[in-house]
Amino acid sequence: MTAGRVAIVDLGLGNLHSVAKAFERAGAAAELSADPDVLLRADRLVMPGQGAFRECAHALAGEVGEAVRTWIASGRPYLGICLGMQALFDESDEAPGEKGLGIFRGAVRRFATDLRDAQGRKLKVPHIGWNQIESRHPVFENDEWYYFVHSYYCVPADESLVVAMTDYGGPFCSAIARDNVLACQFHPEKSQHAGARLIGHFLGDVAWS
Amino acid sequence: MLAKRIIPCLDVKEGRVVKGINFVGLRDAGDPVESAQRYSAGGADEITFLDITASHENRRTLFDLVDRTASTVAVPLTVGGGVRERRDVSELLHAGADKVSINSAAVSNPELIREMAEAYGAQAIVVAIDAKRVPGAADRWTVYTHGGRRDTGLDAIAWARQMADYGAGEILLTSMDRDGTQDGYDLLLTRAVVDAISIPVVASGGVGTLGHVHEGLEAGGADAALAASIFHDGHYTVAEVKEYLLDHGVCVRPPERD
Repeated sequence: MTAGRVAIVDLGLGNLHSVAKAFERAGAAAELSADPDVLLRADRLVMPGQGAFRECAHALAGEVGEAVRTWIASGRPYLGICLGMQALFDESDEAPGEKGLGIFRGAVRRFATDLRDAQGRKLKVPHIGWNQIESRHPVFENDEWYYFVHSYYCVPADESLVVAMTDYGGPFCSAIARDNVLACQFHPEKSQHAGARLIGHFLGDVAWS
Repeated sequence: MLAKRIIPCLDVKEGRVVKGINFVGLRDAGDPVESAQRYSAGGADEITFLDITASHENRRTLFDLVDRTASTVAVPLTVGGGVRERRDVSELLHAGADKVSINSAAVSNPELIREMAEAYGAQAIVVAIDAKRVPGAADRWTVYTHGGRRDTGLDAIAWARQMADYGAGEILLTSMDRDGTQDGYDLLLTRAVVDAISIPVVASGGVGTLGHVHEGLEAGGADAALAASIFHDGHYTVAEVKEYLLDHGVCVRPPERD
């Protein structure tokens, strides 16, 4: 399969320039849109994440959210990045009462405020910078470094969704995969070669379910 | 485990790279986009542009530069210099910057930091502090603005704490005493700020050797090391810095071999 047309869900919550460019560098035709027709006509759908869960939930409450649900149910390839991963779950500590898409059961939790590393040093929240993942999944690389910027992480009710873990004061879920859905907490578009390889896998033939 | 970051900094004037020695005596050192690409390919964890273009009218050149860099470089990009108001922040973020660094404007209007952190998230807002040791004092520094020309009299540690409270996502801490000297980071200053706040601190000013980078991250406790001339002059590559740090037990993202 060729890279084809990639629609990037633009919820109006931030600059998605670098996400679009990362897909273009990988050979895809990337289009930013909030129009359900445009989104549903693409070959692949990417939902990047920027901003806060509340605004994201509001933006997904209408027809865009329906389009994403329809897409995922159709079995076509979906990649969620950061908030685009968190939005797949039921709810988040960041905005109690707001509903995520609820594609998967589970919640999004905040890092503890007294987080410490193995040496007892205090860890900062948000978790910003390069960190490693532990994964045996074919589209990720075990021990590879990716760029993270977040204060919240997903806790899927079904642990078999989890395909990568990262350590920050303890292990947390840094990627999930199920059937046609792939989602990561880190930012492949900011993760240099490792990120480009992941995008290449998403656009290519590597089976991820 | 979260890696310590190595950040090459490019001083940019009217779309070209320059290098400042104690902020005077600038010389042209090439195309910023190309340099950023080279650093990124060599393992830089982030790139910082500091725009020192005097005239605010020439900002279009900077936005274009940020746009071209963000289109080709897949690591986070921080841009600072001449950021005065909300519109400057939003234009830089829209041009493709991941973080915007604010210096003098934070001093003249601290509320700007609160507003910007609320609007764009703390992770996008860096407060740059140029600190200079108070003559005769061992552990007191004051904050300078306007490219190091104006002493605000503000205590650097208290200022860093205030900016963290206002929602800054990171402090870019430059020692004015060390900047351009290649004598190493001001470790006392770095450590004092790191211990005072709970947001990341980027150490800047004074790196001349690999050992200096190591000191800044370990003795200084900085989360990231920013350097300009050791990279621009070709003394060391980012990969060499990282190999050295890895050999000395510092957690960094290893340079890729490809």
